[in-house]
Amino acid sequence: MIEIADLQKVYVMGEEQVGALAGADLAIGRGEYVAVIGPSGSGKSTLMNILGGLDRPSGGTYRFEGEDVGGFSDDELAAFRRRRIGFVFQSFQLLPRLSALQNVELPMVYGGVPGAERRARARELLERVGLGARAGHRPTQLSGGQQQRVAIARALANRPDLLLADEPTGALDSHTSEEILSLFGELNAAGLTLVIVTHDPDVAAQAHRRVAFRDGLIVSDDHGKAAA
Amino acid sequence: MRRWELVRFAFGAIVAHPMRSALTSLGVVIGVAAVVMMTSIGVGASQRISGAISGLGTNLIIVTPAFQRPGVVSQGAGSGLSLKDADAAAIGRLDGVAAVAPVVRGQAQMSADGANWSTGIQGVTPQYLTARDLNIASGRMFDDRDARQGRKVLVIGPTVARQLWGEADPIGRRVRVGKVPFEVIGMLESKGGSGFGQDQDDVALAPLGAVRSRVLGRRIRADAVQTIFVKAAQADDLDRVQEDVTDLIREQHHIKAGEEDDFQTQNMASILAASQAAVATFTVLLAAVAAVSLVVGGVGIMNIMLVAVTERTREIGLRMAVGARRGDILIQFALEAVVLSLAGGVLGLTLGALGAIGIAKLGQWPSAVPPWSGPLALGFSTIVGLIFGAYPSWRAARLDPIEALRRE
Repeated sequence: MIEIADLQKVYVMGEEQVGALAGADLAIGRGEYVAVIGPSGSGKSTLMNILGGLDRPSGGTYRFEGEDVGGFSDDELAAFRRRRIGFVFQSFQLLPRLSALQNVELPMVYGGVPGAERRARARELLERVGLGARAGHRPTQLSGGQQQRVAIARALANRPDLLLADEPTGALDSHTSEEILSLFGELNAAGLTLVIVTHDPDVAAQAHRRVAFRDGLIVSDDHGKAAA
Repeated sequence: MRRWELVRFAFGAIVAHPMRSALTSLGVVIGVAAVVMMTSIGVGASQRISGAISGLGTNLIIVTPAFQRPGVVSQGAGSGLSLKDADAAAIGRLDGVAAVAPVVRGQAQMSADGANWSTGIQGVTPQYLTARDLNIASGRMFDDRDARQGRKVLVIGPTVARQLWGEADPIGRRVRVGKVPFEVIGMLESKGGSGFGQDQDDVALAPLGAVRSRVLGRRIRADAVQTIFVKAAQADDLDRVQEDVTDLIREQHHIKAGEEDDFQTQNMASILAASQAAVATFTVLLAAVAAVSLVVGGVGIMNIMLVAVTERTREIGLRMAVGARRGDILIQFALEAVVLSLAGGVLGLTLGALGAIGIAKLGQWPSAVPPWSGPLALGFSTIVGLIFGAYPSWRAARLDPIEALRRE
């Protein structure tokens, strides 16, 4: 599903050029559960931004189902994110003014889904993450784990091909982290492709494949479930 | 359908901060209210002045003596009055003249049946009614025979009648003008109280000769005239008749080419046009000053929108991450600015119209909120919202989603 070849990303900071990705090659198939690991500054977040269509590579190619995402215009990237990608962030990124239900509806609003259908699907997704009873609550009225589940429901709203999660348990205690990770496990079991960026070995251990980054390069690609 | 959702987002953001939104709109409220009030007052004043001037009679040319200049050798009693009966008579023989009315004026104390009233008495000819578009309500106007016989008869305005006799019929009653007894033979129809605060019904008309000899006496030469009203038969003809009158009087007064006129002519159409132009200029000036406050209101909107974009950077990043295009963000913020501005415009229009009607009541102005002030106010406030919302919206749309999501 995903093919990247010699992917490079260079940031210009003042006079200096900072390389974030120095030529990464990676292929991810449909239904995989991949953890991208590595220390801060290794390029793993940059990879996620490019995979999610939030950023463009400076060099190399990124193909998604055969399409050259690297050559997309701004509007094409927006459509790509809307249709193909679901994002889950460390800090949840829920809009505080909106209820849980409205937050889940948001991607469908931009997707042009009619109101009634949108609400029905948002309710269904909240049920699925176990928050059916909290649909009317504001984010501030929810615990961290509940907020992250709302965010996951939102990421699933437009039936994405790929769920991208950046340190999804970074702001949660270990018990809630396990709940979130088991939810990810269920979603993957149901066929969803998952890429999780993390530096937490416990989180990485849940994935079926671990891709390790260092200094903008892939240093290991470990298939198969990690030893418990 | 998506467009409508963006309107909903914009409303949501405005409603989330009611106090801030209200204060932001206030600038536009004041600006629009000021513009609406100023234009309404201008239009009201213009209508009032037009009414006053047309009330003096249409198709009218007014001939008056020229202003006396210092240094000119005195020509004796009544020397300021260069116009004479003969001038009026000659004008009457011109083509295109419907009526000529020479006038002399005096102020006189009138007393009758124990009541007193001081009013302006005008010595006129019977044609005066035609020239000034006046009508007789009861009794009759004096005629040339009355004038020839030197009869002391009066035609009075309704105000004079009311002051002297209340509601009783004034016809046939005797009244002393100064010390001279006159007989009331007619009453004018009311012209109403319009015209620069003057009561046009507070007037008394008597034959020219009688006023000259019995009321003004030695203060005026026996054939002198203060004003000649000339009514043109057709409005299109006004300018030509005015030129003919000027040429004729120059001839009558033996004024040689190159010498200045000792009289002046004005026509009502040009007076009306000049005064309307003056009022229009004044209105535009007032509205322009008021529009400055509208601009200040717009700057207030821009300021708050810039604050909102900064505050909601993460929201913008998130919206982009879930698939909003830059255009969607742009429209959402532009709509927010327009809704703020337009809401201010609606409220300002209401307040401005109420204010204009209130001022009209106080000043006994014809209350005229021009119908175009509605679309004008709403159009202007929309444009203000668009102009001053453009930069903040552009800033929002241009944000880098990664940076925006990272912002605390």
